Amino acid sequence: MELINKSLKELSSLIAKKEIKPSEITEELLSRIEKTESKLNAYITVEKEKSIEAAKLKDKELEKLSETEIPDLFGIPLSIKDNILVEGQKMTCASKMLKDFIAPYDATVIKKLREKGAIFIGKNNLDEFAMGSSTETSFFGVTKNPWNLERVPGGSSGGSAAAVAARSAIASLGSDTGGSIRQPCSLCGVVGMKPTYGRVSRYGLTAFASSLDQIGPITKNIEDNAFLLNIISGLDSKDATSAKLPVPNYLEALDNEIKGLKAGLPKEYFIEGIDPEVKEKVMEAVKTLERLGVEIEEISLPHTSYAVETYYIIAPAEASSNLGRFDGVRYTYRAKEYTDLIDMYCKTRAEGFGNEVKRRIMIGTYTLSAGYYDAYYLKAQKVRTLIYQDFQNAFKKVDFIVTPVSPTTAFKIGEKTDDPIKMYLSDIFTIAVNLAGLPGLSMSCGFDNKNLPVGVQLIGKAFDEETLYSVGYKLEKELNINNMPQV
Amino acid sequence: MKLSKEQVKHIALLSRLSLSEDEVEMFQEQLSDILNFVEKLNELDTEGIDPKFQIIPPENVLREDIPGVSFPYEKTFLNAPETDGKHFIVPKVVKK
Repeated sequence: MELINKSLKELSSLIAKKEIKPSEITEELLSRIEKTESKLNAYITVEKEKSIEAAKLKDKELEKLSETEIPDLFGIPLSIKDNILVEGQKMTCASKMLKDFIAPYDATVIKKLREKGAIFIGKNNLDEFAMGSSTETSFFGVTKNPWNLERVPGGSSGGSAAAVAARSAIASLGSDTGGSIRQPCSLCGVVGMKPTYGRVSRYGLTAFASSLDQIGPITKNIEDNAFLLNIISGLDSKDATSAKLPVPNYLEALDNEIKGLKAGLPKEYFIEGIDPEVKEKVMEAVKTLERLGVEIEEISLPHTSYAVETYYIIAPAEASSNLGRFDGVRYTYRAKEYTDLIDMYCKTRAEGFGNEVKRRIMIGTYTLSAGYYDAYYLKAQKVRTLIYQDFQNAFKKVDFIVTPVSPTTAFKIGEKTDDPIKMYLSDIFTIAVNLAGLPGLSMSCGFDNKNLPVGVQLIGKAFDEETLYSVGYKLEKELNINNMPQV
Repeated sequence: MKLSKEQVKHIALLSRLSLSEDEVEMFQEQLSDILNFVEKLNELDTEGIDPKFQIIPPENVLREDIPGVSFPYEKTFLNAPETDGKHFIVPKVVKK
């Protein structure tokens, strides 16, 4: 089998046994990227020369290392969503505003991966500033779904998910504010984890909605995902919201017993409007869990139908504040012609941002402005409490929750671009998890009759990624889905 | 509820975004739709409920104040649209 079809974990063991050289993986992956990119557009930047150079250095270093000294990701090329800083590489956030921006330092997650020997082969496409559910708002053009090139890969981490699915990435990191890891993973048939808020440092991730954003791994399988989360998790003095809690070994958790665990099926997630084929596949996964000894119980999360509305007040409000920094002074882009300072700000931002970003900045500015704060922002934060309490109550009865990831499989490019609200509703099943700060795992559970992947979401208690991985691992084995998209 | 054109222009100015007349019209429709969409929250009685600004209770993060190496000039000004290497250069703001 070709190296690019192997999992991250397999490649790591092959390197550890010195059976392959880092440059072999990097070269094979680069030629795969060259083949697939004309069709997919999953990358904004590919660091061809730099990564070949880095891999050759690793080849030499490897000769000198004894087997026990070889770090876990030694010489393994990873791709990264282009809103995370990798020192010396461009970081565009898929925006004209940052098309020439060079990262001046490494994000904490990148520093951790680098310490384990990883090579950073390129930056994946996304919706502009991670605002979107289809990767269509990217300044660099839409990414295509590798299962069907006329369809979207989901978003906002669409480039990462598409690349991992198409084997033009070994594994990637994404970010998830309202479903941006889980929904594209569902639509592309790969595995994505949105960790508990605070599990992973956000330092070096371009802030979108700071109380919701979280970085997580996008991988070919559950084991790789646990492997990467082990490395990137933990307290960071540079992110005051990172949690002061020990990080368990997620790889060990894969073998935890799941017999006797209780899973909740929230009735509000199996509503009218959900694609019947999605429902059917998710219910098959539920049956499989039952066969594996998991007890299934119907539960209620009564405020579910308010989550999208709550999110579309809180996320734009935080975004309007976070994106204030793009003022034409510090971050590369400045309008050419202007009359005074205010005009320079207004023109720079009008030229640099796309329409979805402008919409969210304006909504956020409005809902935070004098006289409207209580009616919108404060109200939404109160509803957030209700949504959080729904989950707290549910977790008194069950160990984890099972839902679909997305109400539909991958939709057609252009199908929802004219109607922002229609687009917003594609995150209906993922958003509440961010509002409540919980971990959510998205994995494939089959295909619809158009051969498009369907995803199932496992939602856990805060800081209980272990249960999600152990359940996901067994479910993955049992479902045994090995189809790969032909690109 | 529908925002007026004047309201859209005011929000755009607060947001530091210049808009063409066509854009004002487009955003007038879209922003009004979004605001009507989120109106649904008013169905809920939230009297007496505390807002949840942060899920993990925030804690002060303290450390000793030890001088260290600052971020170097080259990196600080790496992405500045206009710089002399030690300052960000901006349009004149003080009138004579």
